[in-house]
This record gives sequence, C-alpha cells and structure tokens, in this order.
Amino acid sequence: MTAATLQSYEDVISRYEPVIGLETHVELGTRTKMFCGCATAFGAEPNTQVCPVCLGLPGALPVANAAAIEATIRIGLALNCSIADWCRFARKNYFYPDMPKNFQTSQYDEPLCEDGWIEVDVDGEVVRIEIERVHLEEDTGKSLHVGGATGRIHGATESLVDYNRAGIPLVEIVTKPVVGTGAKAPEVARAYVTELREVIRSLNVSDVRMEQGSLRCDVNTSLNLPGQEWGTRTETKNVNSLRSVERAVRSEILRQAPLLDAGERIVQETRHFHEDTGKSTAGRSKETATDYRYFPEPDLAPMAPDPDWVAKLKADLPELPRTRRRRLQAAWGLSDHDMASMQNAGAVDAIEATIAAGAKAEGARKWWMGELSRRANEAEVELSDLAITPVQVAQLQTLVDAGTLNDKLARQVIDGVLAGEGDPEAVAEARGLAIVSDTGALTKAVDDAIAANPDVAEKVRGGTHAAAGVLIGAVMKTTKGQADAKTVRQLILDRLS
Amino acid sequence: MTIIRSTAAELAAGIAEGRYSAEEVTKAFLDRIAAVDEKVHAFLHVDAEGALATARAVDADRAAGKPLGPLAGVPIAVKDIVVTKGMPTTAASKMLENWIPPYDATIVTRIKAARMPILGKTNLDEFAMGSSTEYSAFGATRNPWDLKRIPGGSGGGSAAAVAAGMAPLAIGTDTGGSIRQPGAVTGTVGGKPTYGANSRYGLIAFSSSLDTPGPVARTMLDAALLHEVIAGHDPLDSTSIPQDPAPVVAAAREGLTGDLSGVKLGVVTQFAAGEGAEPGVIAAYQTGVEALAKLGADIVEVSCPHFEYALPAYYLIAPSECSSNLARFDSVRYGLRVGDDGVRSLEEVMAATREAGFGQEVKRRIMLGTYALSSGYVDEFYGQAQKVRTLITRDFEAAFNEVDALISPTTPFTAFEFGARTADPYQMYLADLYTIPSNLSGGPAVSVPVGLSDGLPAGLQVMAPTLRDDVAYRVGAALESTQEPRLSDQIPDVADKEL
Repeated sequence: MTAATLQSYEDVISRYEPVIGLETHVELGTRTKMFCGCATAFGAEPNTQVCPVCLGLPGALPVANAAAIEATIRIGLALNCSIADWCRFARKNYFYPDMPKNFQTSQYDEPLCEDGWIEVDVDGEVVRIEIERVHLEEDTGKSLHVGGATGRIHGATESLVDYNRAGIPLVEIVTKPVVGTGAKAPEVARAYVTELREVIRSLNVSDVRMEQGSLRCDVNTSLNLPGQEWGTRTETKNVNSLRSVERAVRSEILRQAPLLDAGERIVQETRHFHEDTGKSTAGRSKETATDYRYFPEPDLAPMAPDPDWVAKLKADLPELPRTRRRRLQAAWGLSDHDMASMQNAGAVDAIEATIAAGAKAEGARKWWMGELSRRANEAEVELSDLAITPVQVAQLQTLVDAGTLNDKLARQVIDGVLAGEGDPEAVAEARGLAIVSDTGALTKAVDDAIAANPDVAEKVRGGTHAAAGVLIGAVMKTTKGQADAKTVRQLILDRLS
Repeated sequence: MTIIRSTAAELAAGIAEGRYSAEEVTKAFLDRIAAVDEKVHAFLHVDAEGALATARAVDADRAAGKPLGPLAGVPIAVKDIVVTKGMPTTAASKMLENWIPPYDATIVTRIKAARMPILGKTNLDEFAMGSSTEYSAFGATRNPWDLKRIPGGSGGGSAAAVAAGMAPLAIGTDTGGSIRQPGAVTGTVGGKPTYGANSRYGLIAFSSSLDTPGPVARTMLDAALLHEVIAGHDPLDSTSIPQDPAPVVAAAREGLTGDLSGVKLGVVTQFAAGEGAEPGVIAAYQTGVEALAKLGADIVEVSCPHFEYALPAYYLIAPSECSSNLARFDSVRYGLRVGDDGVRSLEEVMAATREAGFGQEVKRRIMLGTYALSSGYVDEFYGQAQKVRTLITRDFEAAFNEVDALISPTTPFTAFEFGARTADPYQMYLADLYTIPSNLSGGPAVSVPVGLSDGLPAGLQVMAPTLRDDVAYRVGAALESTQEPRLSDQIPDVADKEL
C-alpha cells in the first residue's frame, strides 16, 4: 500500500490508535482589556480602543484585570481544576507585528488552574477528558493585508495592523492527551469543545462565538500502532466551527495513516485548516520553532488568590450544563437523541425558560426546535439571536392552548413578533388574527360553501364524509384561515345529515 | 549668579516670599544653559517656552494669593528616558529620535502638579546602559569639573546639569547605580529610593525589576524635597508599593542638626578592602567615616559575603530583562524604520532597523540577555542570578539586624577620561560595583559628596533597609552638615575650561 492509496477511515482505525489533544482559547467578555482600561467591544473602528499600555508604547506598564482573574478561576473551578495559591505571569518572547511589545504576557510554569477534568457524552457513552491547565494571557492584534486579490499577505501592497483586540483577556484551556477513543476520536473532540463552550457560557464570562473568534481551537492529532509509543503529533490551527473540529481530526487521521504505512515520518508542525475544503496545509515546522525565552514578568505583581474567596467562587458556581441537561432530560422525559439535538440547536436554555414562563414542555420544544430553528437557519443566526423571547413563546403557546390561535395563525403571529410589533396577543389583535368560532358567521360561510359546491354536498349527504374536506377548505378560504376547522366540520355534517 | 548658586529649598522660599519671581528663576537657569551647555552637553532638548509658561503661572498664582507647593516655581531637568507628553523623549537612542510621547510618566504628572517648570530633557547612556554617558547616540556629556572627563552614567546629563548650575534639581533613574555614580563623580547628591516607592509608569524600561526613578540635587534636603514630590503609590504601576512615602524631608532636617548619636552604621567588610579602588577615593571615604563617627554614630564592620557576586548577577538579570523590554523597538509602530523599500520583508526591515538604531552597548546587552534566557541556559544563567539576588537580599536583612544603615564609597574611582574604559566593557561595569547590591535587594541608597581625590569629587554611599529611605537621608544630611563649604556649592566654572 502506498501513500497515494485512498484508505477508508474504518480501515485506518482498525490498524492505528489516534491520540488527540485540544488547546482552546477563549476571549473573556470583560468590559476592559487584560492590562489596561481600554474597551473590548467587538467590531469597533480599527485602533479606536487603544492606549499606551495595550500599544506597548515605551514606558507603559500593565496592571492585571481583576475581573479576568476571577473569570479564569471560575472556569478552572468549573473544570474541576485546583487553583494555584500563588502564581505569576510570564513573558513569552517572540517577534510578531500584531504583538505590540513583542512579548506576550502569559503564564508558563505557574498556571492559575491545573489538573482538572470534564465529562462529555458521546453516543450514550461518558468520556472523561483530563484538563492539564487553564491559564490567562493577552490576545494579540490583527493584521489586514490590502491591495492583493485574496486578502492574504501574498500580493498585498500594504499590511495594516488593528490593535483593538491586542490585550483582550484570553483564557487558554489545554487538555491532557486523550487516548482510547478509537474511531470516535473526531466525535470526542467535537463533543469536548461543545461541552467546554456550554460550561463557559453557563459561567457568563464569554460569548464563546467560534465564528467571531471568541472561542478558537487548536487540535493536536497523532497515530500509533496498538501497544506502541505515541506517534509524532501535528497541531491544526484555525479551526473555527464545531463541525470543523471533528473534520480536522478525521482528515488528519486520514492524512497521517498512508504516510505511516509508507514508512514515512510525520513532521511535527502546525497545520492550517481550511473550512472550505475540509483539508489542512502545512504551516510552521516545530523543529525551527522560536525559542520563546520565558521568564517571570517583572512588571506585574504575583497573584495569590485568597483561598476563602476561591471557596466562595466555587460555592457560587451555577449548575453546570451537563448536570442540568441530565435533570431536564429526566424532567422532560426525553431520549438521549432528542436531548442531544436540542443541545446542538442551542435551544435548551430557551426551552427551559419558555417552560418556566408557563408553557407546557411539548409546546415549548415544538416552537423552538421547529418553526424558530427553521427561521434562525434561514437567517443564518443563532437561535438566541432571534427577536423573540421565551416569555413571548410561552404566551404564544398559551393562545394556541386556549384555542384562540391555530398553528397557522400562530406562525403569522411569530412574523409580527419578529418584526417588532409587540407581544403575541398584541400582534394577534393588531393583525386581526384569531380563530372565528362565532357559529352565526360560520353558518353563513358554510351555507355559501354548500351552495357553491352542490356535487360535493351531495356526496357528503350520501355518507362520503371525507368529501367534506373540500367544503372545509372553501370555508377556510372565505374566513382567511381564521375558522376553527373542527367547528366547521361539525357544522357541515350537521347541515348535510 | 545668586539664583543659580541657590539650593532648591532657598529658591522655593525666595519665590514664596516674593524675593524673586519664578520666571526670573527659570530664566536664570535657561541663561546658564545657553551659556555653558554647548560645552557640557547635558541637555538633549530644552523647552524654554514651556518652562517659562509654568513659571509665569506660578507667579500668577502667588499674585492671586493661592497657596504654593513646597517646590512650586523651582525648575527641574528630566532624564530623557522618562516620557513627557508633547516633548521629545529619545532615551538617547537613534531608535527614538524625534519620538514625541502622547502621555506623561506618573512622576512627570506629579512634577507638573507640583508646578515645577521643566527645563528640558537630559542626556544619558543609550537606554540607560552605561556608566559614562559616552554611549549616548547624540554625543557624550562632559563633566563640569573637567571637560576631558566623563560625568558618570547613565544619568550623566542630569548630574552634569545640576553640577554646572544649569538646573537646581533633576530626575534620574537608577538601575545599577545610574543616579548615585554620576552624583559621586560630579559632586552632587543622588538618591535611589526603595524599589516600588516611586512609580515606574512612563520610564522607558531598561530592567524592570531594578529601574527606580529618583532625585538628583545639590543638597540632601533638596533631594528629599524632590523625593517627596515624586514618591507615592501609583495604581498604574502594579509593582508600586501601596504605602505612604518615607518622611525623608523631616529626616534630612533632622540629619542637618549634626547629631547621629544612637545611630549604628555598618562598614561592609567586602567593600572596605577597597579592591580595585583608587587610594584617593578610599581616603576621601575614610574622612567621611571619621566625620560620621564624630557626630556620634557607632561604626562597626559588617560582612555581606554575597556582595562579591552582585556584579555578575546584575549583568545577567539586567541584560535579560532589557533583551525583552527592548524587543518593542521593531520599526512597526513608531520610531526609526530602515530599509523599507517595498522589497525587503518585515523581518529584514526589522533587522536593518535594529542594526542601525541600537548602539554597541545596547546590542551587547541584548545579545547577552537573549543568550541568558534561551532554553537550555535559562536555569544556568538567569536562574542562578536570581538565586544570588535572593542571597544578597538576605545579606542586607542580616546586616540590618545589626545596624541602621550600611556605608561604602559610592564608586571605586573618580571621573575617568573619555574613552578610557569603552574598549573593555568589564572595566566600565566596575564603576557600579558598590551601587548594584541595593538595586538587587530593592533597598534605598543615597550618594553624598564626601571630598576630592586629585581634585575630582568622590561620594559616600548610605544604604538603608527597604522603605527606610528616611534613614539614608538622615545619615547623608548629617554628613553634609560637616562640610563647609559643601562640595556641591562649588560649581566649577566650566566656561573657563578648555575643551
């Protein structure tokens, strides 16, 4: 078998054991930057959120953001880490135009949190992922290459740097190598990042949006023969979606196996993942990697979190997503599969809130997983970005339960709510959307329909009740869908009996 | 001449009492700068307009009956490594030629709040690396006592400005002795405060864990007055100590009464031997020790066994930190850019800029520091040096269990001639032999003029426990009180000397 031979994933996995490791960066949603008072808002005009400190101007000094330290400790606690009683920042020295000081203030041998774990569910199985460390650092700026066709540096006439992001607090979460997952390695990687995202979201410390880069993931992958030493790993960068995390592991397994089969050596390198092709290309080789020359940051006082404070932060942690999911799943009587799809749709919070606002579980699930998910998909936004609140959905369902709206009318009410016309009741009233159950008005519509369709009426009289559908349709048309179908049917049958 | 021969304390009193205006005072120093700085080259930038504007504002306040601060209207010169908003700040490097900072250092903010006219920015060894001010990219400063000789470094500009009567006060920064050593060789007072007592915010960093801004003056009282203007906690500097500054003005006044009874002073055995020191310097120092004993001080010998490793430890720690601190000078955002022809890569432009922008001593230390921090060597060099630093700090702690302060010569030799030590960096580094231990421990120290050796000034250093700057000022002021006339009052008439 040569390197060029295409291999099936199943074949590769039957012969090799994958080892994965994940390094996740999370931009914290603090109001100000890590070491200065600059704002952190996303999408501001370039270089409008900068000062001498985050620009690294000569003489400027950092002061650590207490809110960022607290958020990091909370993440560490949620991931079952132990919290250092004393630690320091370190300087990681390397030259990069995005990085104003040409060193990154980070942590090296003294992380704030270490030795934790998190459990994730994969196909009904519980997989425990060990966490090596959680530490705090500052983000870099962003280069923009202009004048070229591709927006990349090649062919560009100028490179501009935006330092708005420089200095935003960044938490790095590193797993220990994950072994023994076999064919499920890609799913485990995805499930881990999904779970991590949920945990951080539940702590309300970051908006964890992969597409905006507030959660970024580097995926390490290696293959080894059963019973043998671990293989050389590669580090795939730029993985910007949950789907890509899974694809990156899978494609790297498929790339490495034929090379190993052919007796070639895996080069330790960083690889860049391309969302469009699902493939990665080689980046910097680790063998020529920079010597970062770490040393303790002399401009910052060491950190010594008060153990009582840490204990209080631990006690105040919210119910963590997996525990909560288990509780809700039991309460709602759902299958693993249904629960997982709610999770993937990002609908659990909304559904829980809708039920809390008075809706029945089934109704709440139906709207969020059905109509509203569809609209979010069409608009290419997150479910939580839709301009409708769980309370409004609960109100909507209440109107349906009361027989005031049917599903078709309810969908029109949703149109109105999303258009900002107000709460469901107000929309229904303003748009004149309500089921007509006034028998006087309906009787006239029924008589009109019978008169207009004598043949059909005859069939119904003859006992073919199914034919009544045509008459119901006609009544619905004249009442613009606002008649209650059951009432109409009964009226027709009464007339023609 | 009366104005420029007056101390800062006298000037402040004169302005407050209306004997002269702040404008007259500022003008007198600006005139002196115009007359002699061509020969001394203490200043890299003079801001006559700005200084006069501040002086006039002080005069207006006085006329309006508003209360004036203790040094209001007294002019000051600032070492050009301290950033000043709207005023060039170069660190004496081509790398920052023409750079105008958009912000003020905290100590400058405090100087402005004290209404002190800023005369301009003084010369230094590039990025404060050196002991002779010969490494300035814009030409050396000359010692007003002998224009063929160095004024010390790196704060040679600040010391020479005060020694030559061009400024009554100046700001220096002390990383390994850069306030005290120039003070000693120019016959001025130099104070290195406790590390963290004065904000470093706005000091262009050389070695972050050692840099300390402090006063350069003609008398201990003047130094103390300036010390109290600039000292105090700064939330912008995370290493700044959240504590009120030591009462150094009161301590200096107490010292000037000339009574040191009950004060125990330690002579460091390792320095007393005076190895490598000039006999004249040792002799001047001995007269100082005798004078202190006469004031009632109890003088004892104290051993600080690790002081002999201070110099090598310093020359690993300071370059390590500088290699990181100076990495930001990369041509990308401000300062010099060389070779950007649209063809060269970013890395090539960065390299060309750093090659052209940094002088030899700065490059030497960047290389040394990069090596000392590199993987495989970091434990052997940087790590070992940090251990030595801890041992030296413990030596001080043990000594201060025995005595109130330690005394030593400030420098092993007086001002040498230009070029005498530039060929051998180690010979240059020896200039800071006695001053470095205080930087490594973080404790305060002052240098007081103590006498002449072959017609050139020599200094005596007083080292005190951390946060006890007042002890150093009291002992220094007591020594000063025994001198009649004070060495620092003898402003050498540089105008008469040949270049």
